[in-house]
Amino acid sequence: MIPISFFLLLSGVLFVLGVITFFVKKDLITMFMAIEVMLNASNLALVSFSRLSNSLDGQVIVFFIITVAAAEAAVGLAIILLIFKQRKTIKPEDLNLMKG
Amino acid sequence: MTEYFWLIPFFPVLSTFILAIFGRSLSKKYVSFQACFAVFISFIISLISFIGLLYSGSHGPLIKNLFSWIKVGSFEANFSLQLDRLSILMALVVTGVGFLIHVYSVGYMANDRDYTRYFTYLNLFVFAMLILVMASNLILMFVGWEGVGLCSYLLIGFWFEKHSAANAGKKAFIVNRIGDAGFLLGIFFIILNVGSVEFEAINKTLDAGTMSSAMITLIAILLFVGATGKSAQIPLYIWLPDAMEGPTPVSALIHAATMVTAGVYMVSRMNLLYVSSQTAALVVGLVGALTAVFAATMALTQNDIKRVLAYSTISQIGYMFMGCGVGAFSAGMFHLYTHAFFKSLLFLAAGSVMHSLSGELDMRKMGGLKKYLPLTYPTFLIGAIAIAGVPFLSGFFSKDAILTSAFGKGHYLIWSLGILGAVLTAFYMFRLIFLTFHGEERIDPKAKEHLHESPLVMTAPLIILAIFSVISGYVGIPVVFGEKLNLFESFLEPVIQIPHEIHLGLKMEWILILISVVVALTGIYIAFSFYIRNPKIPHRLVAKFPKVYTLISNKYYVDEIYNGLFVNPVVKGSELVYENFDLSVIDATVNKTGSTTNSIGKALSYIQTGLIKDYALVFFIGAVIFIGIIIL
Amino acid sequence: MLDLKMSYFLFSLLTIFCVGSIVGMIISKNQAYNALLLVLSFASLGGIFGLLDAPFIAVVQIIIYAGAIMVLFIFVIMMINLKEPLPPERKRWTLYLSGILAIVLLLEFFLALKNTFNVSTLVEGERLSSPTELGRLLFTKYLWPFEITSILIIASLVGAIVLVKKKGK
Repeated sequence: MIPISFFLLLSGVLFVLGVITFFVKKDLITMFMAIEVMLNASNLALVSFSRLSNSLDGQVIVFFIITVAAAEAAVGLAIILLIFKQRKTIKPEDLNLMKG
Repeated sequence: MTEYFWLIPFFPVLSTFILAIFGRSLSKKYVSFQACFAVFISFIISLISFIGLLYSGSHGPLIKNLFSWIKVGSFEANFSLQLDRLSILMALVVTGVGFLIHVYSVGYMANDRDYTRYFTYLNLFVFAMLILVMASNLILMFVGWEGVGLCSYLLIGFWFEKHSAANAGKKAFIVNRIGDAGFLLGIFFIILNVGSVEFEAINKTLDAGTMSSAMITLIAILLFVGATGKSAQIPLYIWLPDAMEGPTPVSALIHAATMVTAGVYMVSRMNLLYVSSQTAALVVGLVGALTAVFAATMALTQNDIKRVLAYSTISQIGYMFMGCGVGAFSAGMFHLYTHAFFKSLLFLAAGSVMHSLSGELDMRKMGGLKKYLPLTYPTFLIGAIAIAGVPFLSGFFSKDAILTSAFGKGHYLIWSLGILGAVLTAFYMFRLIFLTFHGEERIDPKAKEHLHESPLVMTAPLIILAIFSVISGYVGIPVVFGEKLNLFESFLEPVIQIPHEIHLGLKMEWILILISVVVALTGIYIAFSFYIRNPKIPHRLVAKFPKVYTLISNKYYVDEIYNGLFVNPVVKGSELVYENFDLSVIDATVNKTGSTTNSIGKALSYIQTGLIKDYALVFFIGAVIFIGIIIL
Repeated sequence: MLDLKMSYFLFSLLTIFCVGSIVGMIISKNQAYNALLLVLSFASLGGIFGLLDAPFIAVVQIIIYAGAIMVLFIFVIMMINLKEPLPPERKRWTLYLSGILAIVLLLEFFLALKNTFNVSTLVEGERLSSPTELGRLLFTKYLWPFEITSILIIASLVGAIVLVKKKGK
């Protein structure tokens, strides 16, 4: 009933918002959250297309994406913890060892 | 018997390769053996081919095409050797005298540390010279021409750590090269007008008379320019005296017997060309005659034994060109053949003198060596007598042939120059003999202690060459003693046509011979009175004409003139080009490229800030562009 | 199931919650607030999945994303106990570039979808996507990714533990 394009547009908006959050924020944790937002946006797009093509493949893919996102969140947060322990900061500007 | 003639150059070049690659690990004894043996085999094969040629009686050349080299459109130049009377004569001279000189070098260079390198170069030289004389086309001959030029550079500058030797080598090569420019131009014109560089084809075209005489003259003169460079005539003779910096056997081989005669060979090979153009022949004859006298005057004042012999060589080659210039090519070749024997004898004997005096070359520090060098002295004397033109030795027959032909063809000026040269020749040769072997001893005491006759390996070639200096003239007995006794001339007849018979009448011929003999003996007598009877005369003459003496003993300042006119401008010019173009343009471009790359790199490194947000930004930009492309 | 009016209403509501919480995340500077807002966003997203006839995914989203992952986030925020707010950073030019590009991206999406807005009907799919069907697909067509993902999970588990382990143990 609701045109698919609305959902797709919502997905796009969510993605763009995630990008903006990533570039605007100054603390690592919120930036990481923005990444999750972007992932979810793509999940939404996938589910919409799955509905459009009347097959369940999109949903299976989303299933896997969610799983992988969980694993990635675990490891990423561990890394952030370690960075904080070492450098006592979570501002990304201070992490510039790869400069030059 | 003649089928294997093409193997003649093979053995020396094989030996060169073996010595060049494996030389370091071979013993001195083996090196000497291989080098000499290679040339000896070539000599044997040449001899066999010669006999085969005599018996076969065929007149046309036997050509063997070894492999196809240049083929452009309808023009082709192949690596093909030819066997005919002229080439086999030269091959015999090259390999025969070359072999004797190799043997002599074994003794002369025995203590030199670069023994193997010397023989490598020497064998290479023999190979290049053989290619030169046995080539059947001008381009292969030019290959040999350049090859002997290269070898002379290598061998003159053999002791390259000595500055003067290295410079002499460079001078020889560069002056040669200037002559070769003319030679090449001549070859190009021939290709244009004949379409081929084979000697047969050239001769056919000349016979057919299709080329304009202006073109023929031009080609002949251009080729002769190359000959003046290689054979050290005016104006390109300046390298030969300096070339005495090389080892003495090298001087004997290259500068007396073979390489410098390559020009004469070339002119004889192209005899149809020079016969077809009166102007060119006159140029050749005049240049030869003038050089003969000019060089002889310079030999009068030299104090270094080898320098005297060097100027003597220049002068004698002038005689050979005289012969060719007046149309008596076989006379010129005859003189080439006899000169090979006595000039190399003279050089080797001089080397023997030098060896016994531990390296002394200045005649002012010699004298009275007659009793110390019982083998060297007689052989040296025989050589001197031969070159002076005393009757019954080889030099007499060949010089007489040239002078008689000159007179008979009406070239009286050339004839008189030849006579003048003969006087001078006799004089300076005997000046050398008297100063070195006779008179009071002026030897340095330290050298006197080691004074000894040279070993057999050096004196044996001297003896052999002395014998040939005496007997080699008898194949060319002039007409006065009997018709058809000039075997040399009739041998070369198929190759070198004798266009007009010289009808001088027997009486005239006898008078001419008498004049030559008188002239030679006069020269010897003057030398005798100057240096034996009254040694003060030379000093008084010098005191009376000091300016003339300085002029001549400084070689007429020719080297200085050339330096000022040609060498220094070129050097200055190249320095200018170097600073203003090479350094500032080419180097600058290369350096700019490097520094530009550097700055670009530095600029780009600002992207790598180390902040993840910036890297993510780059991803994002890419993603946006990509999506944009897909959508649009 | 749901009539048009209801669907639109639900859709708008959920959209407002979703987008609104993300915008709030941008504005707020407190990490704890950000985390909670994100939970709200995920929950509403779950609702939207439900609207799209994907109940299983909706539930999985709530359980895993909103439930497990966000809890992880909150744990970490608690451990990094930042009391003072962060000082404002200088605004670098990359910030503005990213802003502009984000708007460009939005416009691109808009462009891509502009022709489809009047297609007012969804494809009418009668079959509800049940876990049974999903499971069947999972164990036949996608068996291989399924197994690999399990290994992936173990790997990340081990990795996370190794990373934070104290040395010398």
